[in-house]
Amino acid sequence: MIGTGKIKQYANVLDKPLGKGKQEVSLSAFAFLFSELVQYNQTQVDNISELETRLEDAGYAVGARVLELLCHRDKGNRRETRLLGILSFVHSTVWKVLFGKVADSLEKGTEHEDEYMISEKELLVNRFISIPKDMGTFHCGAFVAGIVKGVLENVGFPAVVTAHFVPVEGQQRPRTTILIKFAEEVLRREARLG
Amino acid sequence: MAAIYSLYIINKSGGLIFYKDYGSKGRMDTNDSLRVASLWHSMHAISQQLSPINGCSGIELLEADTFDLHCFQSLTGTKFFVVCETGTQHMEALLKVIYELYTDYVLKNPFYEMEMPIRCELFDINLTQVVQKDRVALLGR
Repeated sequence: MIGTGKIKQYANVLDKPLGKGKQEVSLSAFAFLFSELVQYNQTQVDNISELETRLEDAGYAVGARVLELLCHRDKGNRRETRLLGILSFVHSTVWKVLFGKVADSLEKGTEHEDEYMISEKELLVNRFISIPKDMGTFHCGAFVAGIVKGVLENVGFPAVVTAHFVPVEGQQRPRTTILIKFAEEVLRREARLG
Repeated sequence: MAAIYSLYIINKSGGLIFYKDYGSKGRMDTNDSLRVASLWHSMHAISQQLSPINGCSGIELLEADTFDLHCFQSLTGTKFFVVCETGTQHMEALLKVIYELYTDYVLKNPFYEMEMPIRCELFDINLTQVVQKDRVALLGR
């Protein structure tokens, strides 16, 4: 039979190689979609913490899938087993794939052993969002916190992840910090591994 | 020196959703600014009907003795107009930039209800920056 041209036809769609995917997506399209996600969830909940939980759950689903994809594409089906390894994976690889740049900084918490912080001057998802004064401490970065949580939990490092605004002197807009608090077992395992 | 006196944004039904005055002249209290907005909305609509040219999109420039009024209407009917000193240059370009800021920081904000008054911090911050830059550029000339 004469060849079907340059593209190799696969009998089963599951055999097709996982492509690199589109490197660039319209920021405006994402901003509108995210805005609609927030608005939709606002109609379904009674208070702010529920809204944050919902956004976090949405992010969790994204995190779980991104982890699988990245492990297959970039890491050759290997996954990190050490704390610092997984944190730098999230801070660099995951951020690069999702937001086009690595996160601004990764710090260890000074007060507690189990706390780590990823900071950003301004999260991409928050670029066009102004929180009204009456919403208090609500942070749309709960979505990104959910993504980090999804990645960490599915890799074996259960944690509680939250997003916070941290005011900075000299700047009108506060920085955003994603606070990661690891579960007990993670620290015990880490100590055991030495 | 060329200067902007005030900026108005009105929604498609003629209600004022944003008003900012920049100081020197033409300050108005809330009621007056609302009146000017609905007045302009009606005049704009009437001018579209009166125009001898087919397909007229309404008044774009009003020149008076003591001020100029530049108006920009988006495809959706939202009008941006600025009252400025006579002879100020590049107001159309400024209005287009403000329209872009509106689409970015107001329309992509999930907490903004359509056609309601604009209360978005980011919009205010960026607007101030743009007008400041414009002023500096004008003064530098």
